[in-house]
Amino acid sequence: MSTTLWIIIAGAIATYLTRIGGHLVISRFENIHPRVEAGLNAVPAAVLTTLVAPAALTAGPAEWAALIVAALVSLRGGLMAMFLVGAAVLILARQFVG
Amino acid sequence: MSVEAISGNGARSDFWQGVRLSMPVVVASAPFALLFGAIAVDNGFSVLEAFLMSALVFGGASQMVGIELFGQHVAPWLIVLSIFAVNFRHVLYSAGIGRRIAHWPLFQQAIGYFILTDPQFAVAERKAEAGETVGFAWYLGLGLPVYVFWVIESALGAVFGKLIPDTHALGIDFLLPIYFLGLVMGFRKRPLWLPVVLASAAASIIAYKTVGSPWHVSIGAIAGVLLAVILPPHHSGVEARP
Repeated sequence: MSTTLWIIIAGAIATYLTRIGGHLVISRFENIHPRVEAGLNAVPAAVLTTLVAPAALTAGPAEWAALIVAALVSLRGGLMAMFLVGAAVLILARQFVG
Repeated sequence: MSVEAISGNGARSDFWQGVRLSMPVVVASAPFALLFGAIAVDNGFSVLEAFLMSALVFGGASQMVGIELFGQHVAPWLIVLSIFAVNFRHVLYSAGIGRRIAHWPLFQQAIGYFILTDPQFAVAERKAEAGETVGFAWYLGLGLPVYVFWVIESALGAVFGKLIPDTHALGIDFLLPIYFLGLVMGFRKRPLWLPVVLASAAASIIAYKTVGSPWHVSIGAIAGVLLAVILPPHHSGVEARP
């Protein structure tokens, strides 16, 4: 087999380990400590924020406008609405500021 | 609308309810799948290899990083380690979602963890938070379209890659951050949401500037989670058990 194929397979196994690993570790405990539960409840906001914040910081006015408008829309509308509006603002703004 | 969809119970209607929720994810990830395929071929992958990587790894950001390093002729073990590092956040998702799907048969759980992506976790977690059971049919309906489109579009991107015009003008490179922001906003009713977001944002930005990508994801995530762990549990709305 080629090196490329090995990289793909090893990468796939490594990825599956991350997807099943957290559960395998946590499920060994009978009772989940309140602090652990509090930590788990913070996971979505904590992880997803790291996928936005650095990207936003290194972006420009067009991207900022898109994020701000999208955030405002998300206060009222659903996920799809905020996404489409955000994308529209981004494409429009980039016509002007690149 | 079919009868099943109105009756509201039954695996079929659950499945299609999940499918409906998957649509924004399918739309948001489409450009990245096409882009991944195009970049993969550009970096020396065959169409089949691009297809295989999407089908087996199924993790957009990690595939992009992997293919980028591959193009730079980085040592194979370092490429695999980088894929692992980018995907490390799934450990946290896994621990979180495990509480919701522990009642499934083992084989279904194995599949469930395989398709555990950022939006999959976020949407499923929101359902659980609303007090609803996360069933396998619903979960599969949410994840399967994303997977199928991801794999097909990766192959398409690999075949037609060089035909994508100006990706910057189309905003393709910034669609995912917008989508992820929407997911973050979806959790704003949770206790400690703002402190956690601020801690993760600050830590990930500092890590991004110092340690560099992709470690900023894990470091930022750990900062937010640690904050919730360190503060007294009642701040998180979690009761101390007797």
